[in-house]
Amino acid sequence: MTHHPGDSLLRRYSEGAVIPADELWAVESHLETCAACRARLAPDPVAEAVWAGLSPLLDHTPQMPRTKPWRRAYGWVSPAAGPWLAMILLVTAAAVALDRVGFAVGDRVSLVLLIAPVLPVLGVAASWGRALDSAYELTAATPRAGLPLVFRRTAAVLAVVVPGLAAASLLTDVGFARWLLPCLAFTVGTLALGTWVGVTRAAIGLVSVWAVAIVAPTIAYSRTALALGPEAAPVWAALLGAGLVVLGTRRMAFTRLEGNR
Amino acid sequence: MTAPTTYAWEIEARELRIKAGRRTAVDGVTLTLGRGVHGLLGPNGAGKTTLIRTLATVLRPRSGELTLLGGMELRHLRRQVGYLPQEFGHYRRFTVREFVAYVAWLKEMRDIPAAVQRAIERVGLADRADDRMKTLSGGMIRRVGIAQAIVNDPEILLLDEPTAGLDPAQRLRFRELLTELGTDACVVVSTHLVEDVAAACTDVVLLSQGKLVFQGTPDQLAARGTEQHAGASPLERGYSALLGIPNRPGSW
Repeated sequence: MTHHPGDSLLRRYSEGAVIPADELWAVESHLETCAACRARLAPDPVAEAVWAGLSPLLDHTPQMPRTKPWRRAYGWVSPAAGPWLAMILLVTAAAVALDRVGFAVGDRVSLVLLIAPVLPVLGVAASWGRALDSAYELTAATPRAGLPLVFRRTAAVLAVVVPGLAAASLLTDVGFARWLLPCLAFTVGTLALGTWVGVTRAAIGLVSVWAVAIVAPTIAYSRTALALGPEAAPVWAALLGAGLVVLGTRRMAFTRLEGNR
Repeated sequence: MTAPTTYAWEIEARELRIKAGRRTAVDGVTLTLGRGVHGLLGPNGAGKTTLIRTLATVLRPRSGELTLLGGMELRHLRRQVGYLPQEFGHYRRFTVREFVAYVAWLKEMRDIPAAVQRAIERVGLADRADDRMKTLSGGMIRRVGIAQAIVNDPEILLLDEPTAGLDPAQRLRFRELLTELGTDACVVVSTHLVEDVAAACTDVVLLSQGKLVFQGTPDQLAARGTEQHAGASPLERGYSALLGIPNRPGSW
């Protein structure tokens, strides 16, 4: 390239002035191949002129506000579960309060023990059930739907329920192992059963079974059911393990509508 | 650059049989759909919603074959699908922007804020983007539903009765948007409004009692009707002719 365009021609080109077509064509084709001339073309005044034209427009265009940090939590907590998590904490507090004032079921059966397994079930149903999450169909059709998301939602529920119950058990002197295993087993059991009948139905079923088989006899005979004693721990652990295996093998159910009936 | 497509049709279904509860809602449907706007027509209970749910991969067909985008792995496929369910459930406390961004996150997208802004502008809700959804009218909620469906620039866009609750002016604008979307995606719109089909669709699929009755252009559908058939427009008469609706005033 021997002929570089002169300064005045280049300035007229950059300002968009009227240039004869053949010259315009020559300048443009030259600029395409000559980096040095492109550099001459773009001194500061051009950038400033562009910016001067652009900045008033930018002031008018609505800018994207930054995401509020608590909104990012929805990666973990289901947007539908918030009020239910608050309710779970309230129920825990109420159970502790009743225990403290000496409201005893039978010979000092702790209320905390009786509610521990069913509390997370409520939260899980709110996170994945059709009845409580209005956007269930939308969620089920997205690539994120599936076991990883279910586990995230469940972890968020447990992150609220378990510390609450831990505090409650410290206040009421109930051993950790006695409520933690049933609590986890019920949570995983709800999800596992949910792969067949849907999480909402599974939650309703398990809570009813708990009420009929454990809570009612405890109140009727006024003593702690065997299932809540320390001897039952291996059974709960086995149930928890079985639930996890079922979840693993039937994980695709959570990518379909059948998972959240 | 995107890789060239290696499939002939975005949607290929062969002998699809789908159950909704105990009822067989879709019974042996075979169809191929490519780019363009496909109107899924049919009376209530014809199986439109069941078919769209299956195309959205949230229902599994009982038998038959369904190949979407040449048979991709499910998760990969879903990133390229946009879906507006018939009952568009949303979170009332969310703002429009938050909701669309949440769906974009569920769709595993990158550069979410820009895509959200673009989707909201396309449905004309830019001025309400930071209002909570409980303050919006029914038509606006519907438009948020469309925005969340198109936020990932889907290859397959499934809209189940998107025009319900839109006023006439919004319907006109929505048809324009449909035509625009149909140029580079396979759009399936279920509706029972025949005039929507006439205005915006390149192709009509007519279902009746779970069976495919007709697939062709709107003009071909109109050609099926004669003056003897019920209906106010050629397309409606074609629709009545194919469904065998008697031309008797007052009968349902």
